Amino acid sequence: MTVLTPLSAFARTKPLHSPASLPRWQPGRTTHALHGEVFAPAGEGSGAAMALAMATDAAQAGEERAWLWVQDERSLKLGGRPYRPGLPGPLRDRLIHVAAKSAEDALFALEEGLRCRDLAFVIGEIAANPRSLNFTAARRLSLAVERHGVPLWLVRLDAQSDLSSARQRWQVRAAPSRPPHWNAAAPGAPAWQADLFRARAHPPGKWILRDEGTRLRAEPPHQPSHSVDLVSAAGDRPLAAG
Amino acid sequence: MHAGVLLADARALCPELAVALGDPGGDLAFLERLALWARRWGPWAALDPPDGLIVDTTGVAHLFGGEAALLDDAATRLAACGLTVRLGLAPTAGAAWALAHYGPERAILHPQDSLDDLPVAALRLDPATLLVLRRLGLKRIGELSGVARDALARRFRNTRAPAANPLIRLDQLLGRVPEPLLPVMAAELPLVQRRLMEPIRHRSLLDRVLADLCEDMARLLEGRAEGARRLELALWKVDGEVPVRKLELAAASRDAAHIARLFSGKLDDLDAGFGIELARLSAPWTEPLALSQGDFERAAEAHGTSLAACIDRLGARLGAGAVRRPAPVASHVPERAQRWVPPLEPEGAVQSELVFHARPLKLLDRPEPIAVLYASPDGLPRRFRWRGAVHEIARAEGPERIAPEWWRERGTVRLRDYYRIEDGEGRRYWIYRNGIDGDGRGGMPEWFMQGLCA
Repeated sequence: MTVLTPLSAFARTKPLHSPASLPRWQPGRTTHALHGEVFAPAGEGSGAAMALAMATDAAQAGEERAWLWVQDERSLKLGGRPYRPGLPGPLRDRLIHVAAKSAEDALFALEEGLRCRDLAFVIGEIAANPRSLNFTAARRLSLAVERHGVPLWLVRLDAQSDLSSARQRWQVRAAPSRPPHWNAAAPGAPAWQADLFRARAHPPGKWILRDEGTRLRAEPPHQPSHSVDLVSAAGDRPLAAG
Repeated sequence: MHAGVLLADARALCPELAVALGDPGGDLAFLERLALWARRWGPWAALDPPDGLIVDTTGVAHLFGGEAALLDDAATRLAACGLTVRLGLAPTAGAAWALAHYGPERAILHPQDSLDDLPVAALRLDPATLLVLRRLGLKRIGELSGVARDALARRFRNTRAPAANPLIRLDQLLGRVPEPLLPVMAAELPLVQRRLMEPIRHRSLLDRVLADLCEDMARLLEGRAEGARRLELALWKVDGEVPVRKLELAAASRDAAHIARLFSGKLDDLDAGFGIELARLSAPWTEPLALSQGDFERAAEAHGTSLAACIDRLGARLGAGAVRRPAPVASHVPERAQRWVPPLEPEGAVQSELVFHARPLKLLDRPEPIAVLYASPDGLPRRFRWRGAVHEIARAEGPERIAPEWWRERGTVRLRDYYRIEDGEGRRYWIYRNGIDGDGRGGMPEWFMQGLCA
């Protein structure tokens, strides 16, 4: 007599990638080349700055190779060109910039850059959701990254998060910076509100990322009532009016 | 009957005369096209109006199997075009002209040959000078050398134009004085070509020919220990057109597959018409390249491309101006503090940049005006409107005053006060006020957005 195995024995006790089993994302832990996407508003510099910070965060110390920054025409018009005196010091003299006319050309330049062994990493900036940047194009980029080991951070300005094969997808916007020690009225070191909404190796999460010159620091996001130590502005009304 | 007779006189002598209208402009245009086409026999050709062409065949004859074969080829091809031609081949343009006009058919001047028997008209002189020589009884070129040279020099001492001075023409003929038509030095261009038995009309065949040409060129360059920086591919079509494709490389290279790949991207819009009968690849700009390189394509699959190859590929598709690198410039004016240079150009020596002031990560190509709200004429506004959104200024650093460069700009340019600001949501910008109130260089100062900070 055949003993039938109950069907429940084949059922998985846990889903294949349970979010609980994956390690939480931490800065400075990424070692392999990665295809990342950063969604950011076009009216601020946070997208490109965050992509640069992530790329340098994963790079080894003493990196000497050039890096590529590809922009399509629309993103160039919206967000401006890279400005050498404002780039982080070690990256300044190694930038190669590509101004592509269309998104197709930008994708071509990104893929050629990823195939180049003499590049440290590739940053791309593409505005909105062009037709040519579909899932197939994203998959091509992911495969090129994995095959040649050159990291890619693609900044999407004012774009919807459509289908993509990127290994990490972030939603980013600027966050108020910490006041510097020497002049509390001045803007401080860059900070961003970063939302990792999809990742292959990590569970989703939200952080305030601060660029501290040499390394990236992640903090838990602000509580909704963050103004514990500050009195909110009185505005244009008598205080007694409440 | 001779040239210059009035039509009425000619008709009176010969009433059944057939008349065809002349078209000098059209003839010249045709001659120009023919000169381009005639470059198939040499890399350099010039017009000799109204009815002549000069082609420099230095170092080319072996491609056709010798000088005689070259002339035969030229005669057949030109006859096929319906042209009646006389050909001459000589070491100088003057001698070749003399042979073509007054020498035997398809004459080739060898070192032991002499041109003494040709008439003095073969010296390309104007009619007045020819008349003088005829009156002097000098009919052949050889007789000019017979007369004492200083006697002739005395007679023509006041004429500087070569066409009026037989001595200058004689020296040009013999190559004693350079003639501006000739290249001053015989720079031998690396040149390879394929003459096709059957005109080709299909892309796959053309790609095959192109690959062969690139391999020939690579071998030729390897022998000279050079790499190409600029390459020209010329394709002779059966209908007489000669499309040319040019290519520049970021670094000297002689990798056949790489060059073929770059060219094939430029051939997509080519119309073969009735077919291509001759393809030629030349390298007008080469640089010494001692190291032997491996195969780009195969290595690229395994280990990735090199930076120079990557830049070549980007430049070939996007245009050379699209791939650039920022270089510092000694200037305080922000938009002038960097310029864009070719990516592999070595960095010039510059004083290190000022590090006292933070600069934005990105600079807008053109500063955009912002509308400020509640501003006192000097000092910082509390709010501003940019691209339709209102920004509340929460923190600011400044002003950093940058004066215009008086040695470069007009006196009416106003100074700028820069502020690094952060708005209520944490967005960091670089804005400036153009001028100060009452500086006598315009009305109320305006505000501009120039940079986006990290």
